[in-house]
Amino acid sequence: MKMEIPKEEYLYSGTIACPGCGGTLAMRYALQTLGKKTVVVIPACCWTNIAGFFPSTSLKVPILHTAFETAAIAAVGVKKGLDILGQKDVSVLAWAGDGGTFDIGIQAISGAAERNDDIIYICYDNEAYMNTGIQRSSATPWGSWTSTTPFDQPKDKPKKNIIEIMAAHRIPYSATASIAYPEDLKRKILKAKSTKGMKFVHILTPCPPGWRCPSELAVKLARLAVQTKIFPLYEVENGKKYTINLIPERKVSVKEYMKLQGRFRHLKEEQINMIQRNVEMEWRNLLRKTKSIS
Amino acid sequence: MEKVIVGNHAVAYGAMLSRVQLVAAYPISPQTTIIEELSELCASGQMKSEYIKVESEHSAMACCIGAASVGVRTFTATSAQGLALMHEELHWAAGARLPIVMVDVNRAMSPPWNMWCDQTDSLSQRDTGWLQFYCESNQEALDTIIQAYKISEEILLPSMVMLDGFILSHTYELVDIPNQETVDRFLPRFQAKYKLDIEDPHSFGGAFLPEIYFEQRYKMQGAMEEGKKVAKRVDEEFNEVFGRKYGIVEDYRCEEADLILVTSGTIASTTREVIDAYRSQGENVGMLKIKMFRPFPADEVEKVLSQAKKVAVIDRNISYGQGGIFAQEIKSALFGKGLDTSIFCYVTGLGGRDVTPEIIQDIIEYTKENDRPLKEINWMGLNK
Repeated sequence: MKMEIPKEEYLYSGTIACPGCGGTLAMRYALQTLGKKTVVVIPACCWTNIAGFFPSTSLKVPILHTAFETAAIAAVGVKKGLDILGQKDVSVLAWAGDGGTFDIGIQAISGAAERNDDIIYICYDNEAYMNTGIQRSSATPWGSWTSTTPFDQPKDKPKKNIIEIMAAHRIPYSATASIAYPEDLKRKILKAKSTKGMKFVHILTPCPPGWRCPSELAVKLARLAVQTKIFPLYEVENGKKYTINLIPERKVSVKEYMKLQGRFRHLKEEQINMIQRNVEMEWRNLLRKTKSIS
Repeated sequence: MEKVIVGNHAVAYGAMLSRVQLVAAYPISPQTTIIEELSELCASGQMKSEYIKVESEHSAMACCIGAASVGVRTFTATSAQGLALMHEELHWAAGARLPIVMVDVNRAMSPPWNMWCDQTDSLSQRDTGWLQFYCESNQEALDTIIQAYKISEEILLPSMVMLDGFILSHTYELVDIPNQETVDRFLPRFQAKYKLDIEDPHSFGGAFLPEIYFEQRYKMQGAMEEGKKVAKRVDEEFNEVFGRKYGIVEDYRCEEADLILVTSGTIASTTREVIDAYRSQGENVGMLKIKMFRPFPADEVEKVLSQAKKVAVIDRNISYGQGGIFAQEIKSALFGKGLDTSIFCYVTGLGGRDVTPEIIQDIIEYTKENDRPLKEINWMGLNK
């Protein structure tokens, strides 16, 4: 079934985003879905710049820029304020990178999740502090090079599982999404829009400069991340009901994904095999969650 | 309606009467009973406000910033460590030109842990672009909150209203609680000129390049200077409606004074008593109470202090490596004015140590005995 894609654009052309920026494509899809009645709250991240320098703006909806760790709670303030003024049908979208979500912003996200505040939180995850020049975050995958995890000492900790953290808060809706699967992404954002309470969507957004890959590979890498099961597409309702949205038809090894990215070029065969085993184990864990629920 | 209430409840009434629409709150002593009282007032329906129990003071201010950005009147309260945690957001609120009003119940900074009164917490935030008002009584705290909204919403800068931890926050005093209709006439609903609006979308807080950032800061300073005039006018208007005025500074028995003591907060009350005693013995001493610290009322300070040969500044705060913070500002205000005033700096009462009438007397006697200050800082009430 083909989904009707709204035609209206809320992102102007000609932003200063890097060529192939997954985070820009993600915003374009998100706003096409949410529409005019949206306020976007942006903490420090690549989008601080992509949104435009004064007096320019790259979005056709209002933007509130906020401090790094405050996306969730500033969005809550905006949402409550709009409610007070009787504008209850406006969606408030907190739009933060992985650093602002997994690391410095997690306290405010946890607070908003515990109170079940009525916001849509989207993390566009490019797996490092890209805006400051590719430093590791807790969303950086194991083995990855970044400018603070050099080739001689790449990241030695696995990526934090943010969806599990959100699910543990029992929020109404959390989901992963990919720029390579826009229909799935838009369906999830529509679902977030129509659900009351805290919604969390985690979008993997390849970053060609940070991942050390050609810009034309961004969407392909996003697709490979799903097909290799490194980044499964799934959703969790009320922290309990797990649904996997896409089960890859053919087996694609993680090597297919990693070999296209300079950030993994130092990894040895046995390390890639270990990552493969780990991905398969995580996939089985996820399958178990869907089965144990249904 | 007159009622005997603690300072923190006077603050809660001030926020309620100001028709605050959103409270974002996090507990910290000695502020906590403000937000407890506000939760009671909201729960009972007396106060019509959203009340968000946030996860930190940093989030409390961020939440106020979000709500104020759509044009809603917001309030929060904090003390010491909580205020320090907010520091980044204090700059944000002022830079974003949001008229948020916050109460800081003055408490000493830790470590070592201490929850009693001194002003180092709020004075450490003096460069953030917030107006600062120091109150002497529970009545003044309530009245100043109402005034602060009026001032802030006109000049578009946030206001911080201070009261002394425990000495006011937990002390009962008789307070005249104005009726709502009168306050409504004095302080109409906030109509934000600039706000997040889906019908008129704009970007707020986005990057300014060096070509324009500088001008934005110039305008903030202009708004601060305007704030002094607006605060004076609002105080006059308040007096016309409620019959109480405070001034941005207050000179107490300064006529023909040879020596003027300068202080703020509740130390001013103790100082009044001591001044009265000295005056009754025919000694020409007076007091200047500084209520508004930011913007600093340099002209008003100069006008009062220029008549005295000696000035003794009593600071319940310290900037390490320099001295009392009010004293620095006063020296700066008088510098280059062609005055030959000796300015004596006294630091006392840190961490809630009592500032007794005897300490004030010692300050007066020491200042009388010496033509010039012998030390940068005179520590008063220090254990030997």
